Amino acid sequence: MGIEAALSTDTVLTTQLQRVVNWARRNSLWPMPFATACCGIELMATASSRFDLARFGAEVMRFSPRQSDLLIVAGRIGIKMVPVLQRLYEQMTEPKWVISMGACASTGGVFDTYATVQGCDQFIPVDVYVPGCPPRPETLIEGVMAIQRIIDEEGMPPKGPDGKRVPLGIAVQPTHRVAAQPVGLTVGR
Amino acid sequence: MPSQTKPDHPAFALVKHAFPNKRLRATEFRGESTLIVEPGDLHAVLAFLKTNADAAYEICTDVVGIDYLNYPAEMPGRFAVVYNLISHEHDNRLFVKTFLTPSLPTDGTADDPALYIDSACDLWPGCEWPEREVFDMFGVRFRHHPDLRRILTWNDFPAHPLRKDYPLRGRGEREAYRVVDRTST
Repeated sequence: MGIEAALSTDTVLTTQLQRVVNWARRNSLWPMPFATACCGIELMATASSRFDLARFGAEVMRFSPRQSDLLIVAGRIGIKMVPVLQRLYEQMTEPKWVISMGACASTGGVFDTYATVQGCDQFIPVDVYVPGCPPRPETLIEGVMAIQRIIDEEGMPPKGPDGKRVPLGIAVQPTHRVAAQPVGLTVGR
Repeated sequence: MPSQTKPDHPAFALVKHAFPNKRLRATEFRGESTLIVEPGDLHAVLAFLKTNADAAYEICTDVVGIDYLNYPAEMPGRFAVVYNLISHEHDNRLFVKTFLTPSLPTDGTADDPALYIDSACDLWPGCEWPEREVFDMFGVRFRHHPDLRRILTWNDFPAHPLRKDYPLRGRGEREAYRVVDRTST
């Protein structure tokens, strides 16, 4: 069956501990969904069968911040909600990442009013900005994969010159092209 | 079809008969009848409309505030509070409206004695939250309200945001909050 079949049973593989840790960490990003608006629907679609976030090990939506390491802010944030969001962020254990999903979470979107936060990165650190209104699930997956690449290549956490953890500040580019759906099965032919 | 018809709502005659010495006005626009009363008479008129058997407005569906600043037409006051009433027994709807003119500057949260009316919570308990909303958004305070706190904005919000002299983007309230970074935990 898998790669084990190609290896003899008494083989010993050597690697770096950091690589094993990164591999495990990359494939078990547990999201904490902070879904306050229509982006939450796309977030649910991303986790569901067609787009299947489980392929990336990130399907375990945890509604307790203490069990999650990826905060997905999906939707518009009122100032009255900021203390809640900050509390959730502070309760998450390191290493932790934050995705700002959609136009409202990243910039306030069309809601340019006295009570709407004009981008949640004003009040919490944001690692990846995912564009769209709402973003397609593929775009959100692209954002998750961006974090996975960072973990895989650079390890965790990336530190600034003063030794403090800095937000990654990655902006996913809206270059996704929609392909014909559904994609046909390629397994078992 | 004329947009302005003669105010012939059955409640008008009832109220006029019951309050002969009060200043009452009435308008009708596209079948919607509005009774305009002085702020001091509001609670007595509402109580009459609820308890009188020929009126029997047993439901108050909403309480709304209006700010008429820069309104094209001349209005009797700057602010208005409107009670939306329904009588299921007589299948009637009625709006009861009162106008208030502030005596203090309206750019803050000053406790203006001219912006007080009596709460209708003792008549319709469901008025509690709508009246809190009118207080929150317009700064009209309700006497004898059981729990007159802000309901939509937070407690120390420094303005009443639906007043027309309040800027749409606020006065910096949405930016003034503590910032959390990676090292603060």
